[in-house]
Amino acid sequence: MKKAKGLLARFNTSYLIDNIVPIIFIGFTLAGFIVAKGLPINFFLSELTSRFYRNAFLVLSLLIPVVAGLGLNFGIVIGAMSGQLAILIVRYLSIDYLHLSGTWELILCFALALPIAAFVGFLTGRLFNKTRGQEMIASLIAGFFANGVYQFLLLFVVGVIIPVRATHPIIKPDGVGVRMTVDMGGLHYALDRIFRVPFMWAVLVVSLLVLALVVVMYLVRRKRGQQGSLVSFIIKVALLAGLACFSLYSIATNSRLMYVRQVPVVTVILIALLCVFNELIMKTKLGQDFRSVGQSQHIAAANGINVDRTRVIAVVISTVLAAWGQIAYVQDMGTLNVYGAHSQIGMFSVAALLVGGASVRKATVPQALIGTLLFHSMFIMSPEIGKAVFGNALLGEYFRTFMAYGVIGLALGIYAWNANRKSRITLDPEPVKEANS
Amino acid sequence: MSDILLSFRNIAKEFSGNRVLNNINLDIKKGEIHALIGENGAGKSTLMNILFGMPVIHTTGGFEGSIEIEGEKVQITSPHEAMARGIGMVHQEFMLIPGYTITENIKINRELTNPNPISRIFGKQLETLDMKRMNADARKALDIMGMDIEEYTMVEGLPVGHMQFIEIAREIDKSGVKLLVFDEPTAVLTESETQNLLSVLEKLAATGIGIIFISHRLDEVMQVSHRVTILRDGELVVTKPTEDTNKHEIAELMVGRKVIMERSGSDKRKISDDIILSIRNLEVKMPGEEVKGFNLEVRKGEIVGIGGLAGQGKLGVANGIMGIFPARGEVIFEGRPLELNNPKGALAAGLAFVSEDRKGVGLLLDDSIELNTVFTSMQIHNQFLINLGFAKFMNARRIRRHTQAMINDLDIRCTSSKQKVGSLSGGNQQKVCLARALTQNPKLLLVSEPTRGIDVGAKKLVLDLLKKLNEEQGLTIVMTSSELAELRSICDRIVIVCEGKVEGILPPDASNTEFGLMMSGSRAGSQQGDGIA
Amino acid sequence: MSVKIAKKNNGVKRGLAASIIDKIGLPTLIIAAFFAAVMITAVVLKQSIPVLISDILRRFGMNGVLVLAMVPAIRSGTGPNFALPVGIICGLLAWTIGIEMGLTGIKLVLVVALMATVFAVIAGYLYGRLLNAVKGAEMAIATYTGFSIVGFMALVWLIAPFKSKQMGWMMGSGLRETIKLEGVGAAQIFNKFLSFEVLGITVPTGMLLIFFAFCLLIWLFFRTKTGIAITAGGNNPEFAAASGINIDRNRIIANIISTVLGALGIIIYSQSYGYFQLYSGPLMMAFPAVAGVLIGGATASKANVSHVIIGTFLFQGLLTASAPLANQLFEGSDLSEILRMVLQNGIILYALTQVKGGGK
Repeated sequence: MKKAKGLLARFNTSYLIDNIVPIIFIGFTLAGFIVAKGLPINFFLSELTSRFYRNAFLVLSLLIPVVAGLGLNFGIVIGAMSGQLAILIVRYLSIDYLHLSGTWELILCFALALPIAAFVGFLTGRLFNKTRGQEMIASLIAGFFANGVYQFLLLFVVGVIIPVRATHPIIKPDGVGVRMTVDMGGLHYALDRIFRVPFMWAVLVVSLLVLALVVVMYLVRRKRGQQGSLVSFIIKVALLAGLACFSLYSIATNSRLMYVRQVPVVTVILIALLCVFNELIMKTKLGQDFRSVGQSQHIAAANGINVDRTRVIAVVISTVLAAWGQIAYVQDMGTLNVYGAHSQIGMFSVAALLVGGASVRKATVPQALIGTLLFHSMFIMSPEIGKAVFGNALLGEYFRTFMAYGVIGLALGIYAWNANRKSRITLDPEPVKEANS
Repeated sequence: MSDILLSFRNIAKEFSGNRVLNNINLDIKKGEIHALIGENGAGKSTLMNILFGMPVIHTTGGFEGSIEIEGEKVQITSPHEAMARGIGMVHQEFMLIPGYTITENIKINRELTNPNPISRIFGKQLETLDMKRMNADARKALDIMGMDIEEYTMVEGLPVGHMQFIEIAREIDKSGVKLLVFDEPTAVLTESETQNLLSVLEKLAATGIGIIFISHRLDEVMQVSHRVTILRDGELVVTKPTEDTNKHEIAELMVGRKVIMERSGSDKRKISDDIILSIRNLEVKMPGEEVKGFNLEVRKGEIVGIGGLAGQGKLGVANGIMGIFPARGEVIFEGRPLELNNPKGALAAGLAFVSEDRKGVGLLLDDSIELNTVFTSMQIHNQFLINLGFAKFMNARRIRRHTQAMINDLDIRCTSSKQKVGSLSGGNQQKVCLARALTQNPKLLLVSEPTRGIDVGAKKLVLDLLKKLNEEQGLTIVMTSSELAELRSICDRIVIVCEGKVEGILPPDASNTEFGLMMSGSRAGSQQGDGIA
Repeated sequence: MSVKIAKKNNGVKRGLAASIIDKIGLPTLIIAAFFAAVMITAVVLKQSIPVLISDILRRFGMNGVLVLAMVPAIRSGTGPNFALPVGIICGLLAWTIGIEMGLTGIKLVLVVALMATVFAVIAGYLYGRLLNAVKGAEMAIATYTGFSIVGFMALVWLIAPFKSKQMGWMMGSGLRETIKLEGVGAAQIFNKFLSFEVLGITVPTGMLLIFFAFCLLIWLFFRTKTGIAITAGGNNPEFAAASGINIDRNRIIANIISTVLGALGIIIYSQSYGYFQLYSGPLMMAFPAVAGVLIGGATASKANVSHVIIGTFLFQGLLTASAPLANQLFEGSDLSEILRMVLQNGIILYALTQVKGGGK
């Protein structure tokens, strides 16, 4: 009896440790709402959704390397740089020669980013195979290294080795190198503006669609004779219906929520498609290979799986997705900070994923989405809390940087600590002899 | 002729001039369970490596002779090819992914898939998994073995017995499997699991699959096999039907040696009646060499040998006493209890250890002979140091002088005492290990596998050295070795370890049969009623 | 005169390249060749060589102790101390407290060094404990430990109740990002000690002496019983454990030393600079130090004091020499900074590819 209790207590503490990061963040966001009373909800939601549209794609690009056992791929900054290169090339050509519309520029960006990112992803993948067991630190350093190469390319190769028109708006006035910031011109909101709906309308439509889905699923299950929990069904229906009514009410009364930023439908659909892609690829042979390699490179190899190749594919996919994610990010921002836009996305995306409850070895689509929301809630709240509690918004800004680093450090530490604990050789528990005495 | 599945023809293999297999001719018939028996190093693994086309064979110059499958001469150059030809292996270490279901493990890298629109463009890798069909296949394979566990159960947390069966199911599921190799499949199983496994073997054989059954448990071999082949020192001793032999004969043939070195000069020595070391109920968790309740008393001045087959726990004894692996039990050294799991305590008490893992535990390969020789003494006994009060600096001159003396005494062949140990030959490395142990002035020396991986000449030197130390300085030695002949050549008595316990103690001149049976855990005298005699 | 030096450098390198390539290591040779080439170009472009050499000597001495901090960590088997910011923060904290106490000059520096050592011993102990808990993933976790501490200290700098006018903002609370040491008489205090000029080259004697003294101390330490045990534990933990060595304890000792060197290193660094930087200033400071020791020929598991001296000289020398050169070739550009990024991270990546045994 005592033993069982001890076991339960241990299970609880280990559960707490495993989920410490999300717990801290939920607590923090809730505390933030209580403390920062003045924060208008429509401002918060506008900020949060904007950040979600920009970052979700990047966070989702981290999933496959985690499944394939490469850990958290800080190297997505390399993908982001590829995306920015594609944007710069397209912008340069479009202004001088092609004169494309924003949408076509965007499509061209996506197309051009693919080979660039696939190539650098291939190189990073090869690097990770050579730094086996140290992939995470290698991916971090590789990002720094690539940043140096990227800057060299854009500051000294452009205009010196690659001839460019010196008076081009994205080229520095002296004709050598790309400017610090480049205007996106027609690319700004190229993806977002295709189709936009007011936030509460989107909530209404989505809640009604999900409601319909839930009802249909329930009926189908009933028909098949499977037992479904009636209680959970009723709760779901009630919640969704409530949400739909609430959005109707907001629309009718034109409440504050109507001033939340409009939903860029195509961007959201792309994010949804990426979620579906991540789920579907896991149901293919390739996905199963990712999992096998991720679980044990040794056993996968013994069963004839080409481990190195599988790992490289995982990194290539991740890098390409990151490149596309960065394009989606930049088109939403409107201007490209050529030498800075990419530098922190690796850290912030990884932190967001971990906040969702992912670990070095396990990460899912819901974790990525929830993590993005939670992490960016913290990001918005921090300065507000700093202002409200300490009268200093700067404090909040430093605080959120600290949280991003701290979350990653904590998650890595807990994972390594657990792994070490499990792999330690210990004696089997004392046999019967002792029980008798 | 048509019922012959696999033939080895005149197989021979050398590893850097050392002939480990010679002129092996062996046929495996369809539906036959063929037991392959031999001591460690008899050549079983090398023969199997050749059959599976393992890289270790090709990278060391290939082999002589040929392999025929169903009368057709084949070149097997990779494990993959062996698999394609219908040869499967059930590994001793489980090749299972704990986080996968049974089905996923059975089907790993042989997943069944259905094409989808995307895969039609981008290739087979993107085809969708067909879990239903995979589950059905897994079910079928499990049913063949009479396992009623659900195929979608996670492997993590299953008993080891089940894992063994899943490994087998994976092999059965491979289409066209003709020959299965079982390498010590019962080593980790309980009694009832073993019986299940043996009946599965019989069932499989009844379907026409040929089985090579590698086991040291002679009772099982007698129970299940149709024919027995015995290898010894790379030679095929005999192949005969199981019914025409018995386990005594097998044991005798397995151990039999042409040359047995005599323990000479023993009259010069005095073995006192004092017990210097007494071990009671020692348990050691050394992976692959677990000790499960070991008892032994060592008298001052004797050389005790610890023998037994690989994996039975003989290596765990010394490692446990020295605190290298977690241990429990009672060890009394010179009348005082020795604290376990404390290497420092064991060394300070006057024990010294030459590890079987020379390049791992035994040496600092990137450092000089000097440092390797004096390191332990410096750390434990504060020797070779200049104490300035605030710090103890190494005494380079004394270290040099001492190492030079050791190099001369033990005849270590090197360019200088500064040479890196990693660049020495195996035999000289072993002498450096001994030099370090002797530098500690031990009261008792534990030596494990002192001749492993060193050439014949060096072997004799090392053994002679141990004998000399014992005779001239009265040093008590506990030597663990897989080579019975070596134990018999210098030990006063030999403890045989089986399944983590002392199976028995024999004098060096006991008969081959006695040694063989004892190592197999089926000593003539011990009728424990397990298995079928 | 200086032409000769450069050419001689080059000649020596080429003549012995074949025979010493194994001993010195390819990366070291490549950087050395690069350095020589830059020096030759500097001469050709008529840069002021004495000024250049003065700068190189100064940067060499400034960075030396920070690079030296890598040696104990690497030798103990925890890998390069990517958490160098932990030590640096201890040094910075000591600076701020010292200045707050109103001290100046040599008194300030000595008190600061003492405080920094105390802080670093405590921080190093905790950090060592952490590393023992996360064996196998030390490098990644060390990096983020460093980042986290820097992030946390940013909060402290902002709200700590410091009053000194030397450090605060004109208005509001919190410390400035950059704090000058001139006002407290600590700028170049070591550099100027026994400093002399020869052939137009200024030699920061005091700082170099301190650096070499630390090198000597560390070299001596690794010849003591404890130092030898630490090295053995790093080279082969199984071997050391079998010889009764308490490896965890030794790793903690090594990382305490490394952290103390980081703390004292930043004091030497900032007195030479004339100011120190808070907030994100220390964030990336581990990487040049890691790169320095690697360029000198160390690996993620082996390092000597000689690697520190060679590596710091080559790396800092190359960066110092290339800066004015790049400026002359590409006016107003930051080519030298980019060179640093590529070299520094390239060498760390190279070292990571040489780390054996990961992958399960």
